[in-house]
Amino acid sequence: MRELLTDSVFFGVTLSIVAYLLGDILKKKTGLGIFNPLLVSVAICIAVLAVAGIDYETYNASAHYLSWFLTPATVCLAIPLYEQLELLKKNWKAMILGIGAGVLTSLVTVLVLAKLMGLSHQEYVTLLPKSITTAIGMGVSEELGGYVTITVAVIVITGVLGNIFAELICKVFHITHPIAKGLAIGSASHAIGTAKAMEIGEVEGAISSLAIAVAGVFTVVAASVFAGFL
Amino acid sequence: MKYIKQFILILAISFVGEVLKFLLPLPVPASIYGMVLMFAALLTGVLKLEQVRETGKFLIEIMPLMFIPAGVGLMSSWSTLKPLLIPVAVITVVTIVTVMVASGHVAQFILKREEKKEKKHA
Repeated sequence: MRELLTDSVFFGVTLSIVAYLLGDILKKKTGLGIFNPLLVSVAICIAVLAVAGIDYETYNASAHYLSWFLTPATVCLAIPLYEQLELLKKNWKAMILGIGAGVLTSLVTVLVLAKLMGLSHQEYVTLLPKSITTAIGMGVSEELGGYVTITVAVIVITGVLGNIFAELICKVFHITHPIAKGLAIGSASHAIGTAKAMEIGEVEGAISSLAIAVAGVFTVVAASVFAGFL
Repeated sequence: MKYIKQFILILAISFVGEVLKFLLPLPVPASIYGMVLMFAALLTGVLKLEQVRETGKFLIEIMPLMFIPAGVGLMSSWSTLKPLLIPVAVITVVTIVTVMVASGHVAQFILKREEKKEKKHA
C-alpha cells in the first residue's frame, strides 16, 4: 500500500488539489479568514505525509507537476496587466513611488529588527529579500551569501501570511483605493499574495502582478546596498 | 484547438524567458522575463489578447494550487529554520504590515492628490 502511494505519479498532485478543495469548502462554510485554502491545504498535506510516513521528496516527485505551471502562469500575469493599460498609463507615478516605498520599508524593517535581535550578517542577508518573488529572492540571497533554503522558506511564509491577512491589513489601516491595495499586496507578499489580490478584484490583481516584477527588480539593486549596513 | 494554440504561445514565451535567463547574468527568473515579454508582445500588437486570454485566465485562476508544493516544502526545511524561528516570525509579521502600510499609503496619497487636481481642472 505504501509503495503504491510513494510510486504514484498522481498521489501528490491529487492530495494537494483535494486538500485545497477541502480548504475552500471549510472557508465557505465557516466564513473565517484563518481557513485560507492555501494554508489549510499545506497543513493537510503535511499531516497526511507525516501520518503515512512519506517524505517531502517522494511527495514532490509527483506534486512538482503543479509547480511546473508556475512559470507559464506568472507569464500570464501580463494579461490582466495589459487589460488595465489605461490605468497603468494614468497612475504610473503613484505605482513607482508606492512600490519604491514598499521595497525601502521592507529592507529598513529587516535591517532594524536584525540589529535589535542581534542577527549575524549571514542571517541578515538571508532575510533581506524576503518580500519578493521566490526565484528573484533566491538569487539575491545566493549573491549576498545567505542561507538560500531559509530564504525560500521565509519567502513562502511571507506569501502565505500575505494571502491570509492582506484583506484585514488593508481594512485596519484604511488602504481603500484598489490601486493602492494591489501595490500593497504585491510589494509585501509577491505572487502568493497576488493570488489573493486576484480574488479581491481585477484592478487589485493586475496592479499586484506589476508590483511583483517591479519590487523584485528594485530589491535586486537596493539589497546589495543594504547588505553593507550590518 | 483554440486552447492548445493559446497554451503553445504561452509556453513559447516561457521558453524565451528561460533563454533570456540563461543569457543574462541577473538573478531574475525566467517567469519575470516571460511576463515582461508577454506584456511587450501585447503592447506592440505582436500578440493579440484573443490569442492568449482564456488559457491565461485559467492558469491565473488555478495559481494558488501551484504554491502548495512550496508550502509543504517547509516540512523539509524545518530543521534549518528552527534555530531562527523567533527572529524569522517577528521579522515576517512586522515587515508584512510595515510594507503594506508604506506602499499602500504612499500610493493612496499620490492617487488622491491627482484625483483632486483632476477635479479642479474639470
